[in-house]
Amino acid sequence: MRKHKYIEEKFFRVLMFFSTTLIVMVLLLIIFSILYKGLPSLSWEMISQTPKGGFYFGKEGGVLNAIIGSLYLSIGATLLAFVIGLPVALFMNVYLVKFKKTVNTIRFFLDLLWGIPSIVYGAFGFTIMIYLGLKTSLLAGIITVTLFIIPIMVRAMDEVLKTVPFGLLETSLSLGSTRSETAYKVFLKQASPGLVTAVLLSFGRAIGDAASVLFTTGYTDHIPTSLTQPTATLPLSIFFQLSSPIEEVQNRAFASAVILTVIILIISILARLYSRKYQKHKINF
Amino acid sequence: MEKGVKILVRDLNLHFGKNHVLKNVNVTIPEKKITVILGPSGCGKTTLMKTMNRLTDIYPDVKVSGNIFINDEDILNTQQDITILRQKMGLLSQRPYPLPMNIYNNVAYGLRISGRRKKRYLDKRIEHYLTMANLWDEVKDRLKESASRLSIGQQQRLCLARGLAVDPEIILADEPTSALDPISSQAIEEKFVELKKNYTIVLVTHILRQAKRIADHVVFMYLGEVIEQGPADQIFNHPRKRSQNRILKDCSISILHFAFCILQ
Repeated sequence: MRKHKYIEEKFFRVLMFFSTTLIVMVLLLIIFSILYKGLPSLSWEMISQTPKGGFYFGKEGGVLNAIIGSLYLSIGATLLAFVIGLPVALFMNVYLVKFKKTVNTIRFFLDLLWGIPSIVYGAFGFTIMIYLGLKTSLLAGIITVTLFIIPIMVRAMDEVLKTVPFGLLETSLSLGSTRSETAYKVFLKQASPGLVTAVLLSFGRAIGDAASVLFTTGYTDHIPTSLTQPTATLPLSIFFQLSSPIEEVQNRAFASAVILTVIILIISILARLYSRKYQKHKINF
Repeated sequence: MEKGVKILVRDLNLHFGKNHVLKNVNVTIPEKKITVILGPSGCGKTTLMKTMNRLTDIYPDVKVSGNIFINDEDILNTQQDITILRQKMGLLSQRPYPLPMNIYNNVAYGLRISGRRKKRYLDKRIEHYLTMANLWDEVKDRLKESASRLSIGQQQRLCLARGLAVDPEIILADEPTSALDPISSQAIEEKFVELKKNYTIVLVTHILRQAKRIADHVVFMYLGEVIEQGPADQIFNHPRKRSQNRILKDCSISILHFAFCILQ
């Protein structure tokens, strides 16, 4: 009996150790290969210039158009999704607490939407564009990406708001607050560190997705100056460079991947620093 | 409503899904006294208290019928704004739930949402209520600090101050000392005795000794029914005949009552 337990314990410890190591190794390998291939091609020119003629054949230029385009697109979509998603998540957790079944149904459908591949969102966005007579543009891309990340953002926020204890809801109501005061003055503050994570998660999906913007934002070598212009994005830029037969261009794709990774890194760090300001008021129940 | 009666519960029935939690509850709670709702865990005493505050509104699958009169207003069937109604009642829960903000704003919260926002007025009120809850001396130098940094006993007193700040007539306390150490518990109990001059206090507890220490009026509940109620002296020292007969009918209750007698 003793021996049996000992072996069992040992087995699962080894299993956990190996799966953790495996994941970390794969992650390191990806980062390493991006850096290994990308860093030599990364130059100030890459970051500060738009593609010149013949860029995709190895001539000079950079991916500034895609950097700016990606930032416009994903920041716009994240803001829009936040404005729509936050009330939904709060509504589910403050107003609908009495209706468990309804909330669980909503959760089920959001999970379904989360699972739909982004190319389907792209196709859906494209259909809407045709219906409205829009051309490929930044605006169409923002709308499509917003639709695509809303389920992610709402569910992630919902998971955070679910952890706010019921007693805090009761307390707030018993002080005479309305439901909306409870939602925006109490729940928001208690959950803010987690909500930042939810926003970051969605931002990461928005900036890294290629399929949903393929039909909707189009591609251009210029930096967009209005919402109705087509826009380049980093994932698509990487895609186009990788499909080139010229090795130099392929390496630039990896340099673009480095840029994309660094952008996500910078935004994560900024958001974490900002959320720490509110963290101190969070009550640990 | 009779004079000196603050809360009158009439034929209150509450179902939690298929569970019949409160069965024909009739309770009279006198004004400016400490009424203790006493009974073992799970007998519905907390539920009864939350019904008085209409907090049962937010629970799923709850059905309530009957009347609860507070100042002649039937709060279960009223058109009145529920938030105003709740402000008349301060709630102290089993464990403190400070709001996720600093100490000052915790107390100011209730005042602000009812429209009182002037800085000088708030400063004065906050000092007043924190003093009332015996917390002022401990926190006056760190009002801007987060409430989560306070000890649990201090947090409970902060919750008391916060509840008092909305200027309630009634204090509902749900086993407010169950998460506290003996000294903090005593502080809260003493505070209640002091506060009953101006407030009607309803205290839910399963601790008989606590009830005997501070109760003026006792409601004894068991399995969702009110078994006995009346002035503390009468309940503890001269249980009425009628209820005693009833108690004898139910063996489990009689054992419980026996235990109560021994503890006395």
